Amino acid sequence: MARSARPKRLNLALHAALLPLAITALLAYVGSVIWSIRISLSSSKLFPRNDWVGLDQFQRLFETDRWIVSLQHMGVLAVVYILGVLVLGTLMAIFIDQQVRAESWFRTIFLYPYAMSFVVTGLIWQWLFNPTLGLQNALRLMGWESFTLDWTVQPDMVLYAIGLAMVWQGSGTTMAILLAALRGVDEEQWKAARLEGVSKPRYYLSVVLPQLGPAYATAFVLLAVALVRTFDVVAVMTSGGPGDASEVPAKFIIDHLFGRNNIGLASAASVVMLVTVFTVLAPLLYWRSKVQARQNAGH
Amino acid sequence: MSTTAASLATPTTPRGQRPRRPLVTPARIGIYAFLLTTSAFFLLPLYVMVVTSLKSPEEIRQALLFAWPASPQFGNWKEAWSSACIALACEGIQGGFWNSIRLVVPATILSVFLAALNGYALSFWRSRWGDILFGIMLLGAFVPFQVMIYPLVAWFRLGGFYNTYWAILLVHCIFGMPVLTLLFRNYYIAVPNELFKAARIDGGGFWRIFFQLMLPMATPMLIVATILQVTGIWNDYLFGLIFAGKDNYPMTVQLNNLVNTTFGERRYHIDMAATILTSLVPLAVYFFSGRWFVRGIAAGAVKG
Repeated sequence: MARSARPKRLNLALHAALLPLAITALLAYVGSVIWSIRISLSSSKLFPRNDWVGLDQFQRLFETDRWIVSLQHMGVLAVVYILGVLVLGTLMAIFIDQQVRAESWFRTIFLYPYAMSFVVTGLIWQWLFNPTLGLQNALRLMGWESFTLDWTVQPDMVLYAIGLAMVWQGSGTTMAILLAALRGVDEEQWKAARLEGVSKPRYYLSVVLPQLGPAYATAFVLLAVALVRTFDVVAVMTSGGPGDASEVPAKFIIDHLFGRNNIGLASAASVVMLVTVFTVLAPLLYWRSKVQARQNAGH
Repeated sequence: MSTTAASLATPTTPRGQRPRRPLVTPARIGIYAFLLTTSAFFLLPLYVMVVTSLKSPEEIRQALLFAWPASPQFGNWKEAWSSACIALACEGIQGGFWNSIRLVVPATILSVFLAALNGYALSFWRSRWGDILFGIMLLGAFVPFQVMIYPLVAWFRLGGFYNTYWAILLVHCIFGMPVLTLLFRNYYIAVPNELFKAARIDGGGFWRIFFQLMLPMATPMLIVATILQVTGIWNDYLFGLIFAGKDNYPMTVQLNNLVNTTFGERRYHIDMAATILTSLVPLAVYFFSGRWFVRGIAAGAVKG
């Protein structure tokens, strides 16, 4: 709907103002996506080639062990990180919402890791997990002789170490989103529930949490986007090791772009990530916009 | 107008009348026990980082992770700042600090300004292709950056400025644009159209209305967007590593290089001192901005 008819001079100003946006959207976003798809369909190695090889790169990609384990690792991290953050974030938000003293102190403490770089997060946790000088030895020297926390050097535990660092870094954000949503829940419901003899945990589980759907969708989207881009914390904490026990897709792609000079394979991998993200997020975003529209209409 | 600003500055709506605080009950004790334990989990790494950075090498070897240093070695911080070795250059991470400052200030100003302009143009001056561009931006917020890296590298190379200051500056503007544009667009959409019409009747043109009315009016959003960009750009590692080139490596990249530079024994106390120095700027932004920071998270969350 045009808000007002406008003379040509203003049209010119408007178009000039929107030029940077147009260049960014069309060239940087649309252009790069199209070109990545194009390269993934060619036999490009070090330089882009102009031939067509169909889906060969994708076939080769899924025959590459390192890619398959990267995907599996992302699956493990999805559970540890996303589920961990959602559970911890929910608990923190609910407990903070009980009219506690020093509420802002708790909020500040839970959220500060988010202000720090993943590089910093990775280095701190690498130090805590240091098998000879870190937490493990400190607790052994304090008398707990059998205490073992050498996850970063154990191939089957290293992902949990990374997941823990990511939960530490990211839980505060989810807490903040859920807390804001909790504050929007009508308190009359608790009064009614209490009269019916409903316990507080039960009230939260069956009455409050179901109303936080859109907030959970928001938190999930943010976490999923962060999960797919997971690179820094892995590169800093373990460099994908020991062996390839903590390789992740983002690192696979960067390594093949710059270290291994295989841009065809890397582009195929990035297209797979793109498709995955949009298949997972599109229905969720659609659902959230529906629910929000309904809630707004109900007000 | 001022009420709009005030309500936007507050991320959570107060519930009005609060009930009286309950007395001490087992449930209350449980609540505080949980909150204090969780706080310990969040604070422990920070504590360990600080004490480690103040220890002497002998104290590090004793492996008493939680022990307070006998005499705090503030010299560690100085060494990390000005004389620790990164590869062959022994000048500490101060170079990275200044590179980050040199990058964060212009990149933030430019990207926030462009986003405000976009938001203004998209909300008051609707044009059909503006809406199409906005739709693309909305989707763009979800494109995994891996997809865009190679094409951007190739185009920057073609333009002859790959691995320069301009490349990294441009990259941060590109990747910041979707969320920031959305932020301002959603803000301006809520502004009554009558205000805009009045300004038009008074003879305001496109740019005048923007600079004299709409830009100052969006001060809350300018603050939120600035906080988002300053912390986001400061904390970035990957883009700095790929696009900035050796002479412009930001502090995060220098930090990782410092940690990976070892002649014989790893010097954990210096590593941790450098880590603290690297996180000082975003932590300062966080502690001083308080609720604005939270507001930024909510803003980042509205995408879609």
